Amino acid sequence: MTDTGYTQLLDLACGAFLLSGVLVLARRGLAGVIRVFTAQGVALAALTIVIAVHERSAEWGVAAVGIVALRAVALPMMLRRALADQRDAEARPLVNIPASLLAAAALTLLAYVASQPLVHLAPSTATHAIPIGVAMVLIGLFALTTRRRAVSQVVGFLVVDNGITAVGVLTLASVPLVVELGIALDVLFAVLVLQILATRMREAFGDTDLDELRELRD
Amino acid sequence: MNVVTPVAQVLVVAGGSPLLVGVMRQVRARLEGRAGPGVGQPWRDLRKLLRKEPITPRGTSEVFRLAPLVLAATTLVAAAASPFLATTSALDPIADLFAVVAVLTLGAVVLALAGLDTGTAFGGMGASREMTITALVEPTLLMATFALSVRVGSTNLGAITTATLHDPGRVLSPVSLLAVVALAVAVIAETGRLPVDNPSTHLELTMVHEAMILEYAGPDLALVEWASAMRLTVFLGLLATLFAPFGIAVTASPSALALAAAAFALKVTVLGVALAVAEVFLAKLRLFRVPELLAGSFLLGLLAVAASFFLA
Repeated sequence: MTDTGYTQLLDLACGAFLLSGVLVLARRGLAGVIRVFTAQGVALAALTIVIAVHERSAEWGVAAVGIVALRAVALPMMLRRALADQRDAEARPLVNIPASLLAAAALTLLAYVASQPLVHLAPSTATHAIPIGVAMVLIGLFALTTRRRAVSQVVGFLVVDNGITAVGVLTLASVPLVVELGIALDVLFAVLVLQILATRMREAFGDTDLDELRELRD
Repeated sequence: MNVVTPVAQVLVVAGGSPLLVGVMRQVRARLEGRAGPGVGQPWRDLRKLLRKEPITPRGTSEVFRLAPLVLAATTLVAAAASPFLATTSALDPIADLFAVVAVLTLGAVVLALAGLDTGTAFGGMGASREMTITALVEPTLLMATFALSVRVGSTNLGAITTATLHDPGRVLSPVSLLAVVALAVAVIAETGRLPVDNPSTHLELTMVHEAMILEYAGPDLALVEWASAMRLTVFLGLLATLFAPFGIAVTASPSALALAAAAFALKVTVLGVALAVAEVFLAKLRLFRVPELLAGSFLLGLLAVAASFFLA
């Protein structure tokens, strides 16, 4: 792969990653949120593949396959199952959508400013994109705190994790595959537990709006 | 001094814009299963309106009478200054991003003032809606084009176009992709097309642009309609010139200009037809949902600017 081709593909994958993360905040329907999250998993995998090809490293190739399997297939499938009988459910965020989009813009700029020292440590094409991963962590946290539905909060949590992985990939730090696997397994279990919790909540209260769980009942 | 290019641009935009509107209406008509009035209908409408006696409502002031002239004049200036046909022209120094956007906004503001001047309920309603939308669109327009100018280091539209002509690979970078989507939404909102405003309705609840010009008649109405068509052409032309500057002449020879004019007409027609086809499948957005759409496009513009720093 030529250098300019590598730069362009890397930038394109990063752009898609950032865009899909922001769209998580823009979508109203929960089914749409999950679809956008799937797209983000694909973008992250594409990013990893571009780096794997450029570095000619089999380890990154394996990591890319793992990312596709977990983030673009397994997790969205589990989320969809958790959504099962409320397909048309809307997110009903605490902060309305235009305001959360503007907040996302502000968080992206904050991420850019905050990660400058990191970029200066080892300037390269890949490390220049670190702010995108950091921005995704912040946007995920924002989604986690301002959404009411259990499913959209889980998606927020997963976006944070996507961001962390993206920073890991972009810094090219050779995180041992075993550690990566451990983290991936952790996330999988967390989502499983949250899914069971959400299902139980719906059975017990008929809703997953966490704001309505503030008082104790008999 | 190359004065041929601005003159040619004004002629192409002024003559071609009613035809563009005609093509778009014809495409919509065919897709909706109607025969359609033909491509030349907007020109025939303009001719009919121009022959009528000029008449203005009682109690209106000079603002109402001057608004069509200012609207048409500002649009023509923007058409002359933008690098539609060639990157070098006598108006190059004022072909600045901020100047062109400001000139186009001046036209929108004057029309809103004219809507207020009539003192009717519809005029005021249309003006207030138009100003709401304009205030939200303007930042997006500036942001999206600014994202393109960061890499060039100049806000001159001619310089941006030249840079893209020399390096066509730029078009596929995330910066331009984000900027093109943001700019497309802004253009749709600014020219009053679906899903922001329905250009073919006179239903009181949904009008924005039509509500402002409800009191115009005769030659004044002709001027407003013609200027609206030109605005549409100028905005689509800007979109085409910034993101697909292929065929634009670098010299001012007559043959190159003719070729550039053909390429410009083709690009704008393709964009217009695509917009018309999309409109058939879209419903108008609720007015309260419009800020959501525009906030989204502003965010895309901002991300485009941010990305031009991230992914340098």
